[in-house]
Amino acid sequence: MSNKRQRAVSAAIRYVLLIAVSAVILVPFYWMITTSLKNQTKVFEFPMQLFPSPVVWGNYAEVFKAQPDFLLHYWNSFYIAVVVTVGTCLFAAIAGFAFAKIKFPLRNVWFLVLLSGMMIPAEVTTIPNFIWFSKLHLADTHFPLIVPPMLGAGGIFGVFLLRQFFITVPSELDEAAEIDGCTPWTTFWRIMAPLAAPAFATLSIFTFLNSWEDFLDPMIYISSSRLFTLPIAMKLFTDTAGTAWHLLMAASVMATLPLLLVFFFAQRRFIDGIATTGLK
Amino acid sequence: MSKAAAPSKLRRRNAWYGYLFISPMMLGFLIFLAAPIVYAFGLSFTDYSLLHPSSFIGGDNYVRLVSGDKQFWHTLGNTLYFSAGLIPLNLGLALALALLLNQKLPGTGVFRTVIFTPVVTSIVVWAIVWKYVFATDAGLLNQILAALGIEGPAWLYDTALVMPVVIVVSVLKKVGMNMVIFLAALQDVPKMYYEAATIDGASRWRQFRSITLPMITPSLFLTLIITLIGSLKVFSQIAVMTDGGPGTSTYVLVYYIYQLAYKVFDFGYASAVAFVLFFLVLLLTVVQWNLRTRWVHHEQ
Repeated sequence: MSNKRQRAVSAAIRYVLLIAVSAVILVPFYWMITTSLKNQTKVFEFPMQLFPSPVVWGNYAEVFKAQPDFLLHYWNSFYIAVVVTVGTCLFAAIAGFAFAKIKFPLRNVWFLVLLSGMMIPAEVTTIPNFIWFSKLHLADTHFPLIVPPMLGAGGIFGVFLLRQFFITVPSELDEAAEIDGCTPWTTFWRIMAPLAAPAFATLSIFTFLNSWEDFLDPMIYISSSRLFTLPIAMKLFTDTAGTAWHLLMAASVMATLPLLLVFFFAQRRFIDGIATTGLK
Repeated sequence: MSKAAAPSKLRRRNAWYGYLFISPMMLGFLIFLAAPIVYAFGLSFTDYSLLHPSSFIGGDNYVRLVSGDKQFWHTLGNTLYFSAGLIPLNLGLALALALLLNQKLPGTGVFRTVIFTPVVTSIVVWAIVWKYVFATDAGLLNQILAALGIEGPAWLYDTALVMPVVIVVSVLKKVGMNMVIFLAALQDVPKMYYEAATIDGASRWRQFRSITLPMITPSLFLTLIITLIGSLKVFSQIAVMTDGGPGTSTYVLVYYIYQLAYKVFDFGYASAVAFVLFFLVLLLTVVQWNLRTRWVHHEQ
């Protein structure tokens, strides 16, 4: 009996701890959502409103009126993240496949050379890249936000991840395909790529997120406001009169929602992907 | 003769495919990583600036770094302070949460999702909202404290409090990632070890120390290095929440590099500071590789 009680107590303690940590993590989401629905005059009201009253859905429409370019910034962030994600998956997958399954001279040497790039912090290469891109008139364009992340350190991480995955695929499979007359490309495209769906899911969400939340690169490269991405567009809600918190929070909700939805629907596959693709 | 020719032709064709498939990444590596790192090293021996013609100045930048620039040492100290605060909190909390969630209790899936949610939230949004939570007058935290009759401090404008606040915000953003990695490692520990230990009468704590901890050491170590490298490169949350302030109390390496290069256009000196970061990361990566290959043997 006491054993049973002991177990109940330990379960209770466990729940209390988990609830405490979860509550702290949910605080910013709660604060973001409630503020985004408050009337501007109630934002700084004391004592604060725990729940907005009245609920002002109009704040969301107001974002687009106060910042006519918000939709454009949103689109910039979105298309850049999509291009980077698709490109990274493709280029990392063919390279990962080659390193895992195709025999060619000095394969492991090339792989180690490439891997060494993972320890070069993007923050260090940013100065030469900035100088070069400026000279090539690529500085105030989206090029630096798309191509270097895709083919630089982020892409190499993808190569590593997908090579790990393709190594686990039994070699009978690609040998049989070769005997049946498949070229390495058809073997990759028809047989290997579909198998790698879980690895692609993991790589995609990380790549998309890294692009979506990239702050340093747009700060360095982008000066024209029509080229802004969301992270640097957020500063537009602050002017000399102060910050329009209700609008900034509404914009934040809109900037957060898509990725959260994708995550909630695909979380099983995604979290399992982290566990199985060699990230651990 | 012709029998041998066909496979060798196939081999040659495959080799071409191999090179073709790796060429985009290899080119990217060359253009966006290898060449820049060499050029950055060269720049660190010049006074390259957008403001005046540049010239070779030998090791002057490094002399300035070591002996003439108090701000650099202050910045390095801040960065190490950030890392020293973040690492134990992040790994300790992640491990504790993984252990709590490793039991088959109802509802653990929900907790896992909630704790992982910040990982897929933009760091910029995360930092903006926390900045608002910690705001002095209208912030959620100080409002709650006020309701309890306590006058909250100016969290982000107090040189002693600001770094701990940034550390806590950073821990909460990434703790879910490490937790999931630990959870996967815990689930790989064979159940029979625990069964055998229970039969032998080993206590829970003893089981944790003698079975769990040794079994998850490789994951623990890898996570430690990755988190440490990430913490040396911290930028976004600092730029959003504090702008390096108050004063320069939250200047960290990348923020300082950013200021030197893009605010005062001192690219030569900024490159020298960047190379300090590069060597720190290099050192940690080499340590990781050495120990990792040693551990792989133990795993097999």
